[in-house]
Amino acid sequence: MPSCLSWLQNRSLVSTAGLYAFGLSSDAINLLSVNQSAKALFQAMDSLLSPEGDSQRTQYPYVTGTSVIGIKYKDGILMAADMGGSYGSTIRYKSVERLKQVGKHSLLGASGEISDFQEILKYLDELILHDNMWDDGNSLGPKEVHNYLTRVMYNRRNKFDPLWNSLVIGGVKNGQKYLGSVSMIGVHFEDDHVATGFGNHLARPILREEWREDLSFEEGVKLLEKCMRNLLYRDRSAVNKLQIAKITEEGLTISQPYSLKTFWNFAAFQNPTVGAEGSW
Amino acid sequence: MPKEHANWSPYDNNGGTCVAIAGADYCVIAADTRMSTGYSILTRDYSKICKLKLESLMEKRIRNWLFAYLGVELASQSFRRIKDKCDFQVYLCRFMVWEYLRADKSFMASSGFQADVKALQKVLSSRHLIYQHQHNKQMSCPAMAQLLSNTLYYKRFFPYYAFNVLGGLDSEGKGCVFTYDAVGSYERVGYSAQGSGATLITPFLDNQLKSPSPLLLPAKDAVTPLSEAEAIDLVKTCFSSATERDIYTVSSYILVFSFSYAFALSRGVNESSRDQKINTRLELD
Repeated sequence: MPSCLSWLQNRSLVSTAGLYAFGLSSDAINLLSVNQSAKALFQAMDSLLSPEGDSQRTQYPYVTGTSVIGIKYKDGILMAADMGGSYGSTIRYKSVERLKQVGKHSLLGASGEISDFQEILKYLDELILHDNMWDDGNSLGPKEVHNYLTRVMYNRRNKFDPLWNSLVIGGVKNGQKYLGSVSMIGVHFEDDHVATGFGNHLARPILREEWREDLSFEEGVKLLEKCMRNLLYRDRSAVNKLQIAKITEEGLTISQPYSLKTFWNFAAFQNPTVGAEGSW
Repeated sequence: MPKEHANWSPYDNNGGTCVAIAGADYCVIAADTRMSTGYSILTRDYSKICKLKLESLMEKRIRNWLFAYLGVELASQSFRRIKDKCDFQVYLCRFMVWEYLRADKSFMASSGFQADVKALQKVLSSRHLIYQHQHNKQMSCPAMAQLLSNTLYYKRFFPYYAFNVLGGLDSEGKGCVFTYDAVGSYERVGYSAQGSGATLITPFLDNQLKSPSPLLLPAKDAVTPLSEAEAIDLVKTCFSSATERDIYTVSSYILVFSFSYAFALSRGVNESSRDQKINTRLELD
């Protein structure tokens, strides 16, 4: 595709120095001959300048995970997510881990584009690594990680290149429980219980009814399972293979994948048209 | 076949309503605490009000000193009356009092897109911090009002989707309310409502407060004749009414910040009574 930039290049109006200015690293420029690098750069610039059709930015997600639910309980935070990875309406992957540890005190759960989530985990690894200093006694807590993620998400939406996720972050540090959420455009908040996507419609009404501050671990898990079962019945992307994670002052444990007992013989499931006469 | 996939928008409207009323020597600013997206509620306990002030150590000292000197009784009266009663020495320290009192007089309540609102609050706070380092004082409310306008207009072509009211006291101790649109047009008014319930509340306030037309010459004072308690009552009524018809507003919890000179002084006496008054979390029925 001809562009004003290749026109500039043909007339040698863009120098190697110019390439630095466009943000290409010196390694990248040295590796390629100037001609090749210019070509690559201009192709990249073309796609930035052209309409969204051949854009390099995420315009829609490919492989997605569905809801994540997080709650506070007596000793810390509990989180649940299933392990499905959907490629549109196909459930393409069935062992995707969507609950991950971040630093010493935090737990991150993600719904949305799986590859973006893995990219976010890379950013967080880097964040924790750069923050680490031997024996300084400091460590990033869930509040800090949440704040960092809100900035990353908002920044990417400002660049019109969003990370296609809704994130739930929870943790305990210095006896303080923390549970928060961030969306792909940077909307964020804290609450006693949070849920992404369908979970906000199907699980949170249950949580609003049944959640208590002094929930025991067993009660918390039971409550989460009730929510996940409800999602399993009504969310077509949900799969019956899930993990539940617990984080307390003592540390983090993520359960082995397991399934919920289900019951599909409800009259309304077996014969959905009874009582709806006149409809198909 | 048309492409069938999720699409995204860089903006969202997270709803919510903000109201502010200015009086002769007070200002009331209030907002509900619901945050929504579409027809879903995200959380029921989110503060839309941001306090634009960092109290310096010096101010704390002034405050303590004032209380030691003036005593609780005098200090809890309104500043105007203090001025009448004060002896010469107190008069001398008036300038310091002035600077201190003027200090925490900016509150911003915002509805719109929460992520933009948060970004805007962060920009204002950091600009305010720089101002404090450069001028060794807090920014006055009218100055903050201009800064807010400029900050909004700076992003004229990729706007902050934020609808703000700024409330505080001006340098004469009079209540002031500034009201904005998303790109920075602003106006000083006697009262204002912003956000999803604004269309319901504004005509009600117009009716109740009957403020003089801004077209009158010579200009008439826009501050309301109500007492502080009456104004707070009116704000409660606004929210309970808006709640009936606006799905994005809920009056079960609203945050009300109210302050005047009298109040600024009294808060040093008793921190707990301060919390009760400055951060009244009203539970309406």
